[in-house]
Amino acid sequence: MDTCSLGKRVCMYEILEKKILSETVKLMKIKAPLVAKKAQPGQFIILRIDEKGERIPLTIADFDRKNGTITIIFLEVGKTTKQLGKLNVGDSLENFVGPLGMPSEVKKYGTVVCVGGGVGIAPLYPIVKALKETGNYVISILGAKTENLLLLEKEISSFSDEFYIATDDGSKGQKGFVSDVLQQVINKHKVDMVMAIGPIIMMKVVSTLTKKYNIKTLVSLNPIMIDGTGMCGGCRVSVDGKTKFACVDGPEFDGHKVDYENLMLRNRRFIHAEGDACKLAGVQ
Amino acid sequence: MSVRKTKHEMPQQRPEERIKNFKEVPYGYSKEIAIEEAKRCLQCKNRPCVSGCPVEIDIPDFIKQIAEGNIDKAVEVLKTKTNLPAVCGRVCPYESQCEGQCTLLKIGEPVAIGRLERFLADYEHNKGVKIPKIAKATGKKVAVVGAGPAGLTCAGDLAKIGYKVTVFEALHAPGGVLMYGIPEFRLPKKIVEEEVDYIKKLGVEIKYDVVVGKTIDVDELMKEYDAVFIGTGAGLPNWLNIPGENLDGVYSANEFLTRVNMMKAYQFPDFDTPVKIGKVVATFGAGNVAMDCARTSLRLGAEKSYILYRRTEAEMPARIEEIHHAKEEGVIFKLLTNPIRFYGDKDGHLTEVEFLKMQLGEPDESGRRRPVPIPGSEEKLKIDTALVAIGQSPNPLIPHTVKGLQVGKHGNIVADDDGRTSVPGLFAGGDIATGAATVILAMGAGKRAARAIDQYIKSKK
Repeated sequence: MDTCSLGKRVCMYEILEKKILSETVKLMKIKAPLVAKKAQPGQFIILRIDEKGERIPLTIADFDRKNGTITIIFLEVGKTTKQLGKLNVGDSLENFVGPLGMPSEVKKYGTVVCVGGGVGIAPLYPIVKALKETGNYVISILGAKTENLLLLEKEISSFSDEFYIATDDGSKGQKGFVSDVLQQVINKHKVDMVMAIGPIIMMKVVSTLTKKYNIKTLVSLNPIMIDGTGMCGGCRVSVDGKTKFACVDGPEFDGHKVDYENLMLRNRRFIHAEGDACKLAGVQ
Repeated sequence: MSVRKTKHEMPQQRPEERIKNFKEVPYGYSKEIAIEEAKRCLQCKNRPCVSGCPVEIDIPDFIKQIAEGNIDKAVEVLKTKTNLPAVCGRVCPYESQCEGQCTLLKIGEPVAIGRLERFLADYEHNKGVKIPKIAKATGKKVAVVGAGPAGLTCAGDLAKIGYKVTVFEALHAPGGVLMYGIPEFRLPKKIVEEEVDYIKKLGVEIKYDVVVGKTIDVDELMKEYDAVFIGTGAGLPNWLNIPGENLDGVYSANEFLTRVNMMKAYQFPDFDTPVKIGKVVATFGAGNVAMDCARTSLRLGAEKSYILYRRTEAEMPARIEEIHHAKEEGVIFKLLTNPIRFYGDKDGHLTEVEFLKMQLGEPDESGRRRPVPIPGSEEKLKIDTALVAIGQSPNPLIPHTVKGLQVGKHGNIVADDDGRTSVPGLFAGGDIATGAATVILAMGAGKRAARAIDQYIKSKK
């Protein structure tokens, strides 16, 4: 177990592996044995790069209990993720805490459709794996703007009974949105559950579609957080008219009941500050 | 010999200056003033002040040493009972504790016990902290969950009597509410760090980034350690539960203060965590946390900082000193007002709060007169930021993950006065057991639990 002492940087979570998945998406394997020991699909971690850093949540993309590692995949969107993307194997993070949040409810549903969009494909991977291993018939649909932004194609297809791709520009798979493919799947199959992780707008569209067919739908939310233990309430979301904390009640919620408009708004709370921070740090 | 009727004043930053910085407001006593103040003490035989202290500090004894000029000896006396004097000397509600019992109240102001405590702690820090003799190792191990006032006190006391203590902290910094909650201008973080350093020098190990209940379960700790103490505090913010509370611009006091204090948003962009407050800030609630929010807002550049409270000044739970400081700094108090709705613009940014005027009715269960709305008295106030500071509930992460642990109806862990829970070997104290209270009560609970843990482990032999 790592130990910190005040003011001294001895509390370190080493980057053991780094892969550049696309220009703005990177994968890192971080040494964090305690987190790896307990991690379950659907949970997340919070990291802080250095003493002046902010705390950001990232959903766990994979874990290896034997080697004590956690895999994170992140899109470089703000100051911290851009700075993180510049780190290399051998560098360390100041803090890495987890696993946080409730695990996915992995059980035998029957036929499940796993929909992943953009960098949301990353946290979908351990869930796909677990759902397949529990004996579900797994249909996966991955979406991205264009072919070279697609993640984990091989990994997810190897745990899927059916596998589809949708790209906005048609460079791979069907041209169009994941929801178009989902509609076709629903026409063909009796679907028992849909798991959707991706941009808020994608989760909203998927949920609107599945609601028409009354198909249970879970979405994984990634709002702004600080502590991740239920203390600050910064990550609050409105679910079925009730305020929930994504960090302790989620991050997965009933997709039919989430107030997506409010979530989008709350995720833009510090957008101006983000721009300033990036400019000053020279990571634009 | 006649006794001076009033406390010696503590020099402090002028209000118009201090609202422009985050530096500590009072400067503390000089040695000369401290000695003069100590001479006011009557050295009562029945020691009423000690009975008012939750951690049982031998108050007349350390004051006597100061009066005689034996400052080092005074520090020694003080530290036999408290591990965190620099903290207590700043944030304790002395007026309702030690000073509230002082015999001098019959003729005027009490001895400034809090200021003297602070003087001693600062004197020692400047000189270099002495580590007391630590008892022979017992070979027994205790786990403490949460590095806040309760946990640190419990850990320090157990370490002094020979236990190997490990503290598990969820955040990246120690201190709990002392670090994330209380602002720099009231309790400098350097002071907290120095106090924690002292606890570590007693042999206590602190492990950060460990969320007990997630990273490690209490059951696992129970297997590995001879006893476990839970001091995870009251971390769950309460809400007004009115429409518009999820608009951009509405923060819980916890989020706002954590951003500013622990994440140092007041030094953004040198530090990465931002906060934005606009020009007009309204804080809801009137406890110490609310005063901290309102005063912090001014320092962040708010042009107007309001406190909206549904009762009157007489019912405010904040310490008189805090209310006084807030007023000096220009915080505007709108009393007998109860918010009913937040309004936002088309992009969801907070623009206004609507409230009802109240009047005081019959006393409620807390003994305070219940505020009753005046029908038709709706008014609106244009604001950019709302800070909800109406209390916190016990953190729910642990209570529901431990088998056989009795939990109260407010989500608190049920524990007796000495911290014993329904599970043998598992102790709890501070806000997680009592609901939100004060730093010093949490420290008192940590101290009593340390004693009970010692008894428990010895009885198992």
